[in-house]
Amino acid sequence: MKRRIFQWAVALATASILVSCGKQETTPSQPQTTSATTELSGTIRVDGSSTVLPISEAVAEEFQKQHPKVQVPVGKSGTGGGFKKFANGEVDIIGASRPIRESEDALCRQNGIEYIEIPVAYDAMAVVVNPQNTWCDYLTVAELKKIWEPAAEGKIKSWSQVRPGFPDEPLVLFGAGTDSGTFDYFTAAIVGKEKASRRDYNPSEDDDILVQGVSRTKGALGYFGLAYYENNRDKLKLLGIDNGKGPVKPSRETVINGTYQPLSRPLFIYVNTKSLERPEVEAFVKFYIQNAGKLAEEVGYIALPDKVYELALQRVEKRITGSVFGAKGSQVGVKLEELYQIKEPTK
Amino acid sequence: MMPQSPAEVRTTYARAIVQLSSVDKRNRWRVRLEERLVRSFLFLCAVLGVVTTFAIVFILTRESLTFFKHVSLREFLTGTVWAPTFAEKSYGVLPLVTGTLLTTLIAMAVSGPVGLLTAVYLSEYASPRVRRVLKPTLEVLAGIPTVVYGYFALTFLTPLLQRFIPALEGFNALSAGIVMGIMILPTVASLSEDALYAVPNSLRHASLALGATRFQTVWGVVVPAAMSGISAAFLLGISRAVGETMIVAIAAGQQPNFTFNPLRAIETMTAYIVRITMGDTPHGSVEYQTIFAVGLLLFLITLGLNLASEFIRQRYKGARL
Amino acid sequence: MIRVESRPEWRMREYRREQLFQLVGALIVLFALTTLVVLLTTVLLDGYARLLDIKFFTNFPSRRAEEAGIKAALVGSAYLLLLTAAIAIPIGVGAAIYLEEFAKRNWFTRLVEINITNLAGVPSVIYGLLGLQVFVRTLHMDRSLLAGACTMALLALPVIITAAREGLRTVPNSLRYGSLALGATKWQTVRYTVLPVAMPSILTGVILALSRVIGETAPLLVIGAVVYIGTLPDSLFAPFTVLPVQIYNWTTRPQHAFQENAAAGIIVLLLLLLTINATAIYLRNRYQKRLPL
Repeated sequence: MKRRIFQWAVALATASILVSCGKQETTPSQPQTTSATTELSGTIRVDGSSTVLPISEAVAEEFQKQHPKVQVPVGKSGTGGGFKKFANGEVDIIGASRPIRESEDALCRQNGIEYIEIPVAYDAMAVVVNPQNTWCDYLTVAELKKIWEPAAEGKIKSWSQVRPGFPDEPLVLFGAGTDSGTFDYFTAAIVGKEKASRRDYNPSEDDDILVQGVSRTKGALGYFGLAYYENNRDKLKLLGIDNGKGPVKPSRETVINGTYQPLSRPLFIYVNTKSLERPEVEAFVKFYIQNAGKLAEEVGYIALPDKVYELALQRVEKRITGSVFGAKGSQVGVKLEELYQIKEPTK
Repeated sequence: MMPQSPAEVRTTYARAIVQLSSVDKRNRWRVRLEERLVRSFLFLCAVLGVVTTFAIVFILTRESLTFFKHVSLREFLTGTVWAPTFAEKSYGVLPLVTGTLLTTLIAMAVSGPVGLLTAVYLSEYASPRVRRVLKPTLEVLAGIPTVVYGYFALTFLTPLLQRFIPALEGFNALSAGIVMGIMILPTVASLSEDALYAVPNSLRHASLALGATRFQTVWGVVVPAAMSGISAAFLLGISRAVGETMIVAIAAGQQPNFTFNPLRAIETMTAYIVRITMGDTPHGSVEYQTIFAVGLLLFLITLGLNLASEFIRQRYKGARL
Repeated sequence: MIRVESRPEWRMREYRREQLFQLVGALIVLFALTTLVVLLTTVLLDGYARLLDIKFFTNFPSRRAEEAGIKAALVGSAYLLLLTAAIAIPIGVGAAIYLEEFAKRNWFTRLVEINITNLAGVPSVIYGLLGLQVFVRTLHMDRSLLAGACTMALLALPVIITAAREGLRTVPNSLRYGSLALGATKWQTVRYTVLPVAMPSILTGVILALSRVIGETAPLLVIGAVVYIGTLPDSLFAPFTVLPVQIYNWTTRPQHAFQENAAAGIIVLLLLLLTINATAIYLRNRYQKRLPL
């Protein structure tokens, strides 16, 4: 019996040694790789919005081809969950589908975490209807507001109420889930106030489900990321948006030249400045900015103008922290070149 | 290893005696020490369950306190509009509760009768060969990821049902509930079958010897004898239904409607929690803390269900042999 | 409840009822099977093409659907399962032995029992919240394999305990009395008499309980299992991903080629489950015999 107890003790000891070894293994990346000439290694923890995830994944994939000793696991906790982990110092970089909010900024400050905000791509929202919808080719922003504002709840139920001449077809609405950056942005852009929306529509976090819904209902109207329209062209009909200058359909050109407004928004990553001191993180962030445009297009988003990437790179090199949006949430119709330019300090 | 004949039972004892005889008198205190140590270790294992429960309650309560500072308990429990993530906020949890109840009821209406009948068929009627093939096949159903079931409900069952029920919405409680029933069917069937199978043959033989038919034997003797196991299976089924997330999140919509109409879109408590944990809502805000309040309520509901069923089970205990 | 009738017409009716019931039973089993077949066919048709590509098994995830593979997820799932088993089985079987063999029937035992039944019904999401607060944040395990396994172990424990208890209950008391009468202590009885006899059915139950861990998505998403990773986990504290998370991630991609990957991933997951269940079922069929009583 004594022997057996001894065995248990040995087993326990081994286990605890294993545990402590494992614990140590996660940290040595910081001090050891000091010179930039040696091969980069370590772990860069990326997390955040599911919208930015495909870009981060693609960048991580390409980066690891060049630096096979660097691990870049990418998580998917949503923008809110991502900022929480970011503010706790649990991750190095997070992707965000909206600018940081005041409460999140405060939490970062409280924990002594400084960040650099980097725009990485444009995401355009497509407004779509069922292919059997023959009467509608475009909607004005005012009409969209009439459909989606809170006052429409239970009242605007037919297409004939949207514009005179539309048939009396029941209007069935599909849209982004109510806790998503997409929802915040859409409501801010169309209704004029974040999160102000009618409640009697079919929300989903998963755009694929929205595609299913719109493609099966004749009187459907929905909004979601442009990439989902482009992969389901046969099932959906894309609407133009009239913002006072005639109907414009979303495309690479109309988003970049700023005519597809107000439904295109920038996506961001936020980098912890303390993590940026690690050479592998700095290399990764620079790699991210340099390749974001090309890789974003590959996964269905739209590249920012080159000028913006240049400005972003400068921000990283000069370690300019904080958000150009003043931590106030979604803002509509911003020109990124100007925003990031203006904030450039006049040293 | 299972002793089947008296001879094998004797072998088991013989093995035990050999092991025991190695313990001489000098070792007796060691035996006692080991007994103590093992007993405390096993006790700790059992107590871990209680610790887990307290940890859950502690965390959920601590986090919901922030929420209940802003929203009164009364508003939370009696309000019929759930809209924490809209500009005009409202925190009445009832729509989520009815959504959960509705899908659970539908799921149990499918998996309860079907599961019990399947179990009875497999245990009492099917030939051993059929049973050997069917049971594992059924258990595969339990292993399919729930995401797959969700898409199955949305893209296969809903359009099918819409042909017969035109009023059915694209997202609805009905097809989510039915598919959820199919998902928990193996759990209910397999566990019920285990319980039925464990009823000793002597009971069956006695009943048949008295002239009862097989049908009478099954429903009059075997099923009542296995009732504690069967109710445990049903319970686990209900818990699975209440706790199921992905199917409802995908196929039932994410629209908290205060309704018992199975043709409409609804949202359940679990679907709401997962949606918010993975969404873009800032953590720590009142909107975010709702998930802990909802989680706490969900926990209390399952606790209530389990206490009730425990009470029911006590009444059947006499039937266990 | 049991009516014994000798009149022939009653016998005839009983006979017909019997036949009818058998038919209904067979139909219902058929219903379940049809669902299974329909489901599997759709998945197979979507995903079989990817399975023929060896790269699908040897590649890490990629933004290009045709280059994306499940290596990290498959290995992650296997590690997670083994680690969870290593944590949950000793504790679960231990708790079951305590409750079945040692515990006195008092209020505390009842409390523990009710607790365990209740925990089996707690939605997996809540375990995720618990794991996030306790393992990831308080114990600083980060989003590691160990944190995932601890969370999954808590999730699986109630089911394992219940399964192990059922296994212990199949051992007839006569064996226990026999051992005790020979002068064995309680633990010796359990160790040398009860456990060897109950082991096969305990194992079966435990394996089936663990198979639930393989398909579980929600708690891992909550504690933050990563969805993209280009390396295999090399320690207990390494980040990891698992099959269902990878599948879920693929289903939310706009490109249709990823849906094929998801379907192929589902097939692999099902095959994995099938292997595990087959092991359990092999054990059960081998050892499950009706007891001589």
